Amino acid sequence: MRRSLMAAFALCLAAGSALAQEAVKEPIRLDVVDDSLPKSLTGAPGDAVAGKKVFLTRTLGNCLACHQVTSLKTEEFHGEFGPSLDGVAGRYTEAQLRLIVADPKRIFTDTVMPAFFKNDGLSRVRPEFVGKSILTAAQVEDVVAYLKTLN
Amino acid sequence: MLSRYIRLAVAIAAAASVATCASAEEPERKGIPAPPGHVFKTIISGYQFRSKETRALQDDDLENPGFLAVERAADAWKKVEGSEGKSCMSCHGEAETSMKGVGAAMPKWDDKLAKPVNLEQRINICRSEHMKAEPWKFKSRELTDMTTFVRYQSHGMPVAVKTDGPMSPWFERGKQTYYTRYGQLDLACASCHERNNGKFMRADFLSQGQTNGFPTYRLRDQRLVPLHERFEGCMFDVRAEPFKPLSDEFLALELYVAWRGIGLPVETPSVRN
Repeated sequence: MRRSLMAAFALCLAAGSALAQEAVKEPIRLDVVDDSLPKSLTGAPGDAVAGKKVFLTRTLGNCLACHQVTSLKTEEFHGEFGPSLDGVAGRYTEAQLRLIVADPKRIFTDTVMPAFFKNDGLSRVRPEFVGKSILTAAQVEDVVAYLKTLN
Repeated sequence: MLSRYIRLAVAIAAAASVATCASAEEPERKGIPAPPGHVFKTIISGYQFRSKETRALQDDDLENPGFLAVERAADAWKKVEGSEGKSCMSCHGEAETSMKGVGAAMPKWDDKLAKPVNLEQRINICRSEHMKAEPWKFKSRELTDMTTFVRYQSHGMPVAVKTDGPMSPWFERGKQTYYTRYGQLDLACASCHERNNGKFMRADFLSQGQTNGFPTYRLRDQRLVPLHERFEGCMFDVRAEPFKPLSDEFLALELYVAWRGIGLPVETPSVRN
């Protein structure tokens, strides 16, 4: 009896750890082709209006912390870390923009810009962010759609 | 006292309104030449990156809110505590003479512990070993006040940490931490404070991240902030799990960052955003 209880307990533990493992998300793998990500991360086009919101929201893209955009001059405090994004749609293809947002270090190896769609290979990530990327696939697509409007 | 707070509020409002047009200003930042082999050509205090109003607040001993801590700790210095019946003064006499230069040379090697200790730790070692009093908690008003008071006795003296001998592995460890990217945002101290200092980042100019003004009166916190709390805050903001205040990791980082500001005058209590 005692042995079977122990076995049942062990089984519970095993089931528990299996569940815990399921909770950890798989590392994101990007289909990089020639310094770009040709395929939509969601399989669908993004929404530029939603993308502008993600771009501006400090807990999401917070892109203005580092970049300047003339058409957003009503917004305060454009940063100087990164280049101006005026005309960025003319400088990069959609597929290149997607990789620059998702994981810019694949192209600009020394950049300080964070990868917005990467969830592993990072150091001492706060527990609430472990296994999570800064943006979701859909949010990346929305930001890319917004960047495409910056002609 | 009340008028001091009112004037402080006015100064904060003025500093905030200036921040909005700060990018239009042509900042002229004076520094000191760095010694050979240093990472910077010119070492610049965080003071130089702040607005005219914030600098004026720091420069006026009557207006600078950090001096409230200096006044409080000057009283605490004389207060007998613990089972030995001693105050700081019982052993050290007048702080103005005995503590001169002490805060400029921290962290310093401790032979007995065989590791470097910083000012907060040194104060608590005194309390527990010599006064037989309870050590103060990190971030407590008492400990930050006393740290500020002792460091203030080195006001204007150059930061002069020793990094050779037994300190050198600690220096190397601090350096490694400085250049390691942490957190979901994947940023190192160097990403902002070495490569991008002087640039506008949202509402703020990024400084060289110097430590000569700590503990610093932070306008947004409305209180004095000790160095390891700022280290913690930076790591938290890049969505990293911070090291613990007074941990070996932060001690090593404190040593290394103090070296990055070697020769800068101690400004404690400084005023920052």
